[in-house]
Amino acid sequence: MAKILIIGEHDGKTLNPSTHKCVTCATGIPGAEITVLLLGADTAAVAAQAAAIQGVNEVVRVDRPENAHPLAATFAPQVAAVASGYTHLFGPSTSFGKDLTPRVAALLGVPQVSDLMAVEGAHRFRRPIYAGNAILTVEADPARLLVATVRVASFAAAPTGGSAAIVSRTLNVALPTHTRYVGAHTGSTDRPDLQTAKRVVSGGRALASADNFKILFALADKIGAAVGASRAAVDAGYAPNELQVGQTGKIIAPEVYLAFGISGAIQHLTGIKDARTIVAVNKDPEAPIFEVADVGLVADLFQVVPEMTRLLGG
Amino acid sequence: MKKIMVCIKRVVDYNVRVRVKPDETGVMLEGVKMSVNPFDEIALEEALRIKERGTNAEVVAVSIGVADTQQQLRTALAMGADRAILVQTEQPVEPLTAAQTLLAVAKKESPDLILLGKQAIDDDANQTAQMLAALWDRPQATYVSKLAIDGAKATATREVDAGLETIEIDLPAVISVDLRLNEPRYVKLPDIMKAKKKPLDVIGLDSLGVAASTWLKPVKTAAPPQRQKGILVKDVAELVDVLKKKGLL
Repeated sequence: MAKILIIGEHDGKTLNPSTHKCVTCATGIPGAEITVLLLGADTAAVAAQAAAIQGVNEVVRVDRPENAHPLAATFAPQVAAVASGYTHLFGPSTSFGKDLTPRVAALLGVPQVSDLMAVEGAHRFRRPIYAGNAILTVEADPARLLVATVRVASFAAAPTGGSAAIVSRTLNVALPTHTRYVGAHTGSTDRPDLQTAKRVVSGGRALASADNFKILFALADKIGAAVGASRAAVDAGYAPNELQVGQTGKIIAPEVYLAFGISGAIQHLTGIKDARTIVAVNKDPEAPIFEVADVGLVADLFQVVPEMTRLLGG
Repeated sequence: MKKIMVCIKRVVDYNVRVRVKPDETGVMLEGVKMSVNPFDEIALEEALRIKERGTNAEVVAVSIGVADTQQQLRTALAMGADRAILVQTEQPVEPLTAAQTLLAVAKKESPDLILLGKQAIDDDANQTAQMLAALWDRPQATYVSKLAIDGAKATATREVDAGLETIEIDLPAVISVDLRLNEPRYVKLPDIMKAKKKPLDVIGLDSLGVAASTWLKPVKTAAPPQRQKGILVKDVAELVDVLKKKGLL
């Protein structure tokens, strides 16, 4: 039997869909008994959401004022304290999980498997290496706690409708004061979230300015899409960092990915290879993006994007 | 700020298109160009800028790997590191082992700051900085795109999924750097000559009391599934038509 502890990700109000995806990954392990752990200042609302995920057996809440912001140095000793008695510890492969889980693993003296993309057995998994140019099958020691992050683009979100028990725990763990939260700057938007959107409109360096990116936002709003960007576009300051798609940005799996003026560097392609349909519009017929695109159009994006927006209007 | 330790990994060069071996035991590395992990180059550049801002901190580049890793440490010395340490081993080094090794070096060197890349572009593990900070029992700031040092404190801006997050940490600390922190300098020829005279110590992994454990057994390395080549459309009207027929718009 596998006792799996999943570190839930949330902002205090809403449980991040990465948690639902970790549950789907965990249910692939034979005999999985799943607990979701939530740390926060007040996790009542998100605990109710976690308890409703099908496949979750139990939700553990650890509420204390120091947990108001997800600092890895503060969270790690608490997660490590809860993890004893479990066979697996999963976190999402998001900036939250990637920051936290290795710190927990090291505290427990065990290795970590990053970016699980497929479960082949209780201790056998597949994960991408070399920006997804190779897929490694790896086997971990069944005698040790298995710590892993789950590549969220590889798993569908587990459905809701369950009703797990919710338990509150008080941990006698000393917390460090050497790490302090100062503030956040987030691009608040009404658009769908890039990591979970069904449609994504994305732009590259060819957009040539932050102002020109507005034509992509107009198209995205017309079709209810999230907006993404290549590293080149983010480096040039045309789009904020949270929009970056690729090996070092976000790995996404939308139903359709519309790439405008993106040449298709390997590092970018690794972020979109799970998209069901890739559409590429580029002036350069030799652009590598056309090698992976399901539908390609060799044309100037500055003509294509406004025309598409117009054709889809009304 | 007296000393900054920068961790360097030798990896397949960023521009090499990596191919899987036909027998699926790994990727083809023979004759392939090897370089400093690009993220570690950014870490080194940041250390040099902190030094040049007047702290005059000593910059120590540390790597773990095969004997040829000296090439990458010479590059680090040419960029401006003051000295280098190679912890030599012929075994593959997993992130936990790397963190244990770097901890052993940090205990000897007592740096005020350890800088390294957020991930290596070979295994893409994204673990070593966090593990090292945990073992050292010191703060970590990962995915840092802006860093300000003020006495015994640092303020770090981190690139997170929602945007940017700022944290304040006490030094000593471990910082993992992201792409936009800086643009590394180019190495000039006279610097390469100078680097040959800088100290590069080679020590054995076992001399640090660390065993190169294989915690995770690689079973096989396969090529990723290839996408089918798609169709080209002639204009926007046809593009919209195709996408509507697929039920995507």
